Parts: sequence; structure tokens; C-alpha cells
Amino acid sequence: MIEISNLSKTFTLHNQNSAEILVLENANVSVSPGECVALTGVSGAGKSTLMRMIYGNYLAASGSIKVAQVDVAIAEPREILDLRRNALGYVSQFLRVVPRVPTIDVVAEPLLQIGVDLDEARDRAAQMLQRVNLPERLWTLSPTTFSGGEQQRVNVARGFVHHYPALLLDEPTASLDGANREVVLELIEDAKERGTAIIGIFHDEAARNRVCDKFIDVAEFTPRGEAA
Amino acid sequence: MSEQAYNFAYLDEQTKRMIRRAILKGLAIPGYQVPFASREMPMPYGWGTGGVQVSAATLTPDDVFKVIDQGADDTTNAVSIRKFFEKTADVKTTTNTKAASVIQTRHRIPEDELGDDQILVYQVPIPEPLRFLEPRETETRKMHALEEYGLMHVKLYEDISKNGRIATSYAYPVKVEDRYVMDPSPIPKFDNPKMEMSAIQLFGAGREQRIYALPPYTKVVSLDFEDHPFDPSRAPHCCSICGASDSYLDEVIINDDGGRMFVCSDTDYCERRVAEGHTGVQVSGDAA
Amino acid sequence: MIPLLSVKSLSKDYGTNIGCSDVSFDLYPGEVMGIVGESGSGKSTLLNCMAGHLAPDKGEVVFDTRVDGPKDTLHMSEPERRMLSRTDWAFVHQHAREGLRMNVSAGGNVGERLMAVGSRNYADIRGKAVDWLSRVEISENRIDDRPTTFSGGMQQRLQIARNLVTSPRLVFMDEPTGGLDVSVQARLLDLLRGLVRDMGLSAIIVTHDLAVVRLLADRLMVMKDGQVVENGLTDQVLDDPQHAYSQLLVSSVLQV
Repeated sequence: MIEISNLSKTFTLHNQNSAEILVLENANVSVSPGECVALTGVSGAGKSTLMRMIYGNYLAASGSIKVAQVDVAIAEPREILDLRRNALGYVSQFLRVVPRVPTIDVVAEPLLQIGVDLDEARDRAAQMLQRVNLPERLWTLSPTTFSGGEQQRVNVARGFVHHYPALLLDEPTASLDGANREVVLELIEDAKERGTAIIGIFHDEAARNRVCDKFIDVAEFTPRGEAA
Repeated sequence: MSEQAYNFAYLDEQTKRMIRRAILKGLAIPGYQVPFASREMPMPYGWGTGGVQVSAATLTPDDVFKVIDQGADDTTNAVSIRKFFEKTADVKTTTNTKAASVIQTRHRIPEDELGDDQILVYQVPIPEPLRFLEPRETETRKMHALEEYGLMHVKLYEDISKNGRIATSYAYPVKVEDRYVMDPSPIPKFDNPKMEMSAIQLFGAGREQRIYALPPYTKVVSLDFEDHPFDPSRAPHCCSICGASDSYLDEVIINDDGGRMFVCSDTDYCERRVAEGHTGVQVSGDAA
Repeated sequence: MIPLLSVKSLSKDYGTNIGCSDVSFDLYPGEVMGIVGESGSGKSTLLNCMAGHLAPDKGEVVFDTRVDGPKDTLHMSEPERRMLSRTDWAFVHQHAREGLRMNVSAGGNVGERLMAVGSRNYADIRGKAVDWLSRVEISENRIDDRPTTFSGGMQQRLQIARNLVTSPRLVFMDEPTGGLDVSVQARLLDLLRGLVRDMGLSAIIVTHDLAVVRLLADRLMVMKDGQVVENGLTDQVLDDPQHAYSQLLVSSVLQV
């Protein structure tokens, strides 16, 4: 489902003496449907960079990133957007939304984008919010003022409301308490059951061991001599 | 002053030719505003300088000339223009609509049906029907050229939204031969249906330097909406003098108590009916 | 898939000053593209050349018309081009008063495009105007008020309603949120996002506000001195800019 080969990444800082920083080299990752792969490594090793490259957020220097037959490394913007709408979900640590949009609509939006009608999208969003235990009185409020844990659950709900065949999870349990952490892990297990290919970053070691089938240390891809 | 001091009908021959060319072009493109080099006339703008120039270019020594102002032959404007051509062109004049070969008018079409041997000359203050919504001449010309007349209906829309009906009662815009939208000059909309007639109609705007025309039997349609059709409304009264029920009426206040009467705006029509023995219901001074 | 709009080598000079130089790109149906750059970078010149408000010196602006398929709008007859700009195209000006008739009621402003394409039923026109005013969150009881009595944000929403009433396929926007209060901007952005999504609109948005493009645009084009220096997925250009100027632009934004 996700096939990464010979991937490398450099940052060129034009405004700082044109410094060139090679951060990833010869990265190879393969994820099958129903498989969950954990990216490990110390901070700064490039876990988030790799995730962002898979999502098309960072531009690859060379190599290929095939997700559901699309090579993200060379795809046109509209192909990547289409992929993001239909096949590739992303649960980030941060919530970025238009101010004043109610939580229920933030969660429903991925469904609206693929043409689900408003009522059904809101129904399904409500079910997800229920599942992540977000109090119903918050649903009509914008999540911008929520606590870290609440925002995290909105993010999770938004990421799982549509059943993407491939999913990227960046610390999905980070600011959650025990009960809610359990809900998220169940969501991940359900997704795997459905055949979703998942790549995740988990600092929560117990969670990682429970849901992941494979561990890849990103330090392997860090260029020699420059490792953190 | 000697009539010999003037060329026939005041304007010199070259000027009349220039105006006639504009008239012919106007007749060839019904409803299209033809620019012309309007001359200074010995009367102020707003007194019918455009109509006077068109009349001057149209009159021949054998013509019989009539001038009406709001339907009347005896108002200052009508009298002045009639005298002007009596003096400068030495043409016969008349107040009888049927006897006239050229009729210059301000704000009315005579009640009597005109024939194919007659010419009706309108005085026009503002020839551009789109002017109040689009102040740029460059843009209105383009709109005419490209038949972009949506704006004209915006004006009618505004009318309905404010008044519940199309309240425009004079200078009601028309579309000519399914092509040009035209301002019929400030005639009451009651007169609009009469514009499909057998006489030639010429329009002259002196200050704005435009001439336009309708050849005989030209299709002239008043703009409207499907659900707010054009209605050439008429006051629900009869003429107090001649009893006519088919003419356009002026409301005349006759005393300080608000007493009023309705009389034909077309004085010639009214007088002829009285001569034929028709009478109206005389309204007493205190009638409401 | 055929691009909805295909711009090829579009150039425009102002004497010795470059307006925009050799700009080419394809815009596909449903795509929203942002054009960013500082004042004088040529983004407005480019927008006006594409929308037919300015005559470019060279290049093509090919639009996929409903009837005849792809056609170079620069070589269309004027009536055809003006018809296009009243039907399938829309233009949202930065200053609402440039895009509105200030002496005509809100309803008349919305209805104008309908009447321009032949609507002659007052009740229909009024019904559509009411519908569109509600879609841009203007109360029905303001329908007969003139835009002069509206706030800046309302005027801008009215301008959008007036433009979208004929269901255009391509909308050009010139700094649509410029000059509005931040809170009003957010509301307008949310509204635009919803309309773009529900109507499947394609749009080209010129702005210098990176927050606006992040929220509205799928793709981003960065311009400097009349040239396109970078072109890509919006979040990629903003989060991983490649060109020196884009990096400077992104890093110059104050973080709140």
C-alpha cells in the first residue's frame, strides 16, 4: 500500500549562506494493507520529516513514495490532493482549522470533500465524536479554544471518520488519558482489521508495542556523520 | 427683422445636409443613436434645440407645420417654435393634427392616428436609456453594440422592489425591432403602444448631440417582466370638456380646496370633439 | 482530464517595467490556486490579463468553454468574452464598491447577472436573490437596501453572491479579504471555502496574505519581479519552500 524506495531529502537554506542540509538518505519503507509500521529514533532523527514527505507536505529530493499507485514524490498537486481526500489520511499533533467553524463540521469535512451529503456527514462525525468521548456540548463550538487533549481527540475523530486505505499517525495518543488512549488504540486496531496500511510515530512505548507490527529506526536513513 | 436675413429654416444648407445624413442613418438603423454636430440655436438647451434642428432639416416650403408641448398647441414652448419657423421658413402652420405634415412634439404623441405622409419630430432631453445606471458613455455604447441590456431590467426590478409594480410612467424604455433599447423621450407610457405607427418618427437631442429614428411600421416593444407585464395605464376618468374616454388626461387643480378636473392633454383632439358636439361632465368647484 | 484554464507564456510589460513575464500553468476543474508575492510582483497584472481586463503582450489564456471546448479567450470576439465574464467567469474585487452597483439594491445587484443572461421573471429573480443572500449570510430583510448601508464585510459577501448567482465555473479573486477586520476575514474565508467545495468552483486568488491561501488554496504560485519563482501544493510551498524568495516570504510572517 505504501512503498518508499531510495528516498532522500535535503533542505537548502538560501537565506542562511545557502547551507545545504541532507537529512534523509536512501530511505526504504514498505507497508502492506492491514499492517502498522512504527517509525522510531531519537528526536531530530527525521521521523516527522519522513511522515511529512509521505503526505506530500515536504518535497523529496530523490527517490519515490508510492501510496495507492501515486508517486507522491513527483505527483501533481491535484493528484496529491485527490490522494489525500480519498486514500491517505493524516492525524497530526496539531489542529489547524478555520476559526469559528464548529467542531462537528471540522470532523465532517473530510466526508464533505468526498461528496457525502451534509446530514450523513454530520451523523458520522457525531458518532466519531461520541466514540472519542468528546462532550456533546462542545460539538457546536470551534475547537480552537479546546484543551490539548480535546483538540487531539478532534484530530483523531477527523482522521478516522473516513476509512482511508492508508493512514499516517503522528503521536495520536500524546496528550490523552488512559481511557481515551484506549479508544484511539481500538480505532487503530479496527482500521488494521479493515486493511488500512498505517505508519505511525508513537512515543508511548506500550501503545507502540500493542498496535505495531514492524519497527523502523529512522536513524538508519540519517546520513552518516551527521546523525544527531 | 427680414426673413431674407436667414437661410430657409434658419440653418445653412450644409448643416441641414449633415443633419439629414444623420436622420437617414438613424432610419436605416432603427433605435440607434447617431451622433451629429448639434448647432447653437437661438434658444436655450432644454427648449427643444434638438427637435428644432431636426425639423429645420426636414421641412420643405410646402410643409404644414404643427408644434405641441405636452399635447397643447398654445403653450410658450409650442408657440415660440411655431413662430420661429413661420419667420425663418415661411411655412404654413396649423394646430390641426390631421392637416400637419411635420409635427414637432415635446412629451406627447397626438391622439389622432398619424398617416404615412406625416413626420413626427420628438424633442429629447437625455437620449441614453442606460445613463442613470451606467454613467460612462464608452460603456453604454459598448452595451448597445453588444446588446447587453440586462441593466435596463435592473432598473425595472428596482422599480418593482420599491413600489410593488413598475412605477416608471414616462420615458418608459422600449426595444426596437428586437435590437436596440431606446428612450422614447419623456412621453407618458400611455403613448408607448402608439409608437408602432405609419408615420416616420425622428428624435433629436440638441445638448447631447444625438439623433435617432423609427421608420414607419417599426416594431416597438415596451420592456417588462413576465409576471409584471407592461401596462399603458390611464387615469380612470373621462375628459371633463369633451367626455373622451380614450385619451391621455391632464389633471387640473381648479381651486384652493383641492378641487380638480381631468381634461385631454391633446388640445386639438379635445377641441375637435367639442366642435363635433361631444360634451363632458362639468365638474363643480368643490368636487373631490 | 482537460484543464479548465490553460495559461501559456503570458507576458505583459509596462514600458521598461515588467508586469508579468512568461507565465504558464494549467488549472484543473475544482482546483483553487493562490498567487502570492509582494506589491509589484506582477500578481495583479497577471490576474487582470487572465480575466481580460488587461491586454497581455503575448501568450494565451485557453478556457475550456461549455459549448466549443478549449478556446483562447484573448482571441475571442469581444461579445463572446464579455458573455463569458457574465456567465462562466466571475471576478471578485478587493474593494466591493468596484464590483457592486452602489446605487442599486442588494437584490438588484444579485439579480443583474440573471437579467443579463435573459431572466425575465421578477418572482424567479427575487427568489434567487433571497436564496443567494441567505447563502452569504445576509438577512432577507436587507434585500431592498443599497450596499451603501452595508458594512465592509457584508458588501464583500454581497459581491460574492452577485458573482456566483449564475454558477460560474471559474472565479478570479483579487485580495478578497483585504481591508477587512480579522474576525470578518475568518467568516468570509469559511464562507468561501464552503462555496468552493459545494459548487465545485475553480478559483484563482491573488493575495499577499499567506494565511488566506493556506485555508483556501490547493496550489500556490509564488511571484517575484513578474516571474513565477515557485509553484506547488500550498502546504508544501509554505512548509518546505524551495526558492530563496519563497523562503524569505514564509519566514517573514509573524507567528501569532
